[in-house]
Amino acid sequence: MSATLSYIEKNSFIHRMTGTTKLLFFLIWSIAAMMTYDTRVLVGMFVTGVILFVLSGLKWREVRFAVLFMAALIAINLIGIYLFSPEQGVRIYGTRHELVHLFWRYSIVAEQLFYMFNFMMKYLAVIPIALLFIMATNPSEFAASLNKIGVSYRVGYAVAIALRYIPDVQRDYHEISQAQQARGVDLSRKDKTFERLKNSAAILFPLVLSSLQRIEVISNAMELRGFGKQKKRTWIMEKPFVARDYAAVAFAVLALGISVGFMIHNGGRYFNPFV
Amino acid sequence: MEKKSSLSIKSIVAIGIGAALFFVLGRFVAIPSPVPNTTINIQYGILGVFGVIYGPVVGILVGFIGHTLIDLSWGSPWWSWIIASAVFGLIIGLAKKKVDIEKGEFGTKQIIAFNLFQLVGHAVAWLVIAPALDILIYNEPTEKLLAQGLWAGASNFITTAIVGTILLAAYAKTRTKEGSLKQEK
Repeated sequence: MSATLSYIEKNSFIHRMTGTTKLLFFLIWSIAAMMTYDTRVLVGMFVTGVILFVLSGLKWREVRFAVLFMAALIAINLIGIYLFSPEQGVRIYGTRHELVHLFWRYSIVAEQLFYMFNFMMKYLAVIPIALLFIMATNPSEFAASLNKIGVSYRVGYAVAIALRYIPDVQRDYHEISQAQQARGVDLSRKDKTFERLKNSAAILFPLVLSSLQRIEVISNAMELRGFGKQKKRTWIMEKPFVARDYAAVAFAVLALGISVGFMIHNGGRYFNPFV
Repeated sequence: MEKKSSLSIKSIVAIGIGAALFFVLGRFVAIPSPVPNTTINIQYGILGVFGVIYGPVVGILVGFIGHTLIDLSWGSPWWSWIIASAVFGLIIGLAKKKVDIEKGEFGTKQIIAFNLFQLVGHAVAWLVIAPALDILIYNEPTEKLLAQGLWAGASNFITTAIVGTILLAAYAKTRTKEGSLKQEK
């Protein structure tokens, strides 16, 4: 499926960074964007993100589908917010500047528009960095990265197993589903919803049982090779930190610092231009 | 003699395979629902099954890793909902002791226990955790979040009830019942 984002090998300074750096950068960046509601910070983060994205050499057509999908998701959320609570912005900013009255409880209020704009920016500030993280990090490095930032290597290994077996599970699902369809199990819109659910169980049953069997096989193999004997383990894909990695992490921490600094300066998470 | 129970090898593998299943079902297997533009999430049925078989730690991590991978494959993670999935995995994992599927018994009592746990799990995840985090992070209107939570919770509850119960009943049949062997005299 072309719609799924995955790693694309390229040779930019971002691609050359260690997976750990990109994971840390992405997490710190997300935290910074989740905490603040300050428009200036969010716009700055978005612009920085776009610049980094361009520098990475990734192409627009490689992410077009994902970006459009997320734009649709944000739009649905914005519409939902407006329909359910057209005065949310008034509640947050404490003032009310009505621009146009529409009908019933709906009018266009400056505070509401500003709140919805900030809501959108909160997502947009993270999206370029998230895309970078997804498309410029080699999945084989991912387990090592998790371990390096302090996650137990057992959990890191579980993630590595998940990434390794997704294609296998997908293939199994496909084969079972075709076999069941040949026997008349229908999953399409032609059947009633309840019937479809029951039919999906007819595919899931062999899929889950074969997966459970696979768990036995893999865990036996790991046990035989002495997995988990030591407190630590090494990773073949682990890369050492170099200057650019320290610089990148420092940059992310700086962004977080700016986000926190503005919160202290504003006396809260919101930047309020209305007072 | 036995070292402190950190994750056993079997749990690690179960988390990995469970998350892969969760991902594939959540990402590629969209069963269209009667409401336009929404699909039925059968992956929660699988999460229920893994929780009951392997317990709360596996439940949490399958939910967390599986949901994160789904979101990353779309473009950007929605942490509040990812954490809600993990919480559902935790609560359904607590049903392991009550249901005790390894005994090979999945009758009315176990079915009720499983569905009670998953009802509580979905209620806490989609009506408490997800809205609370969305308010904390995005300050979204409560009314909208409750409407979203009710829809997600109800549809996930129904799919888990159907898919989870059928799968567990089938799985129980593959286990050997206690006392099923008798010595011939």
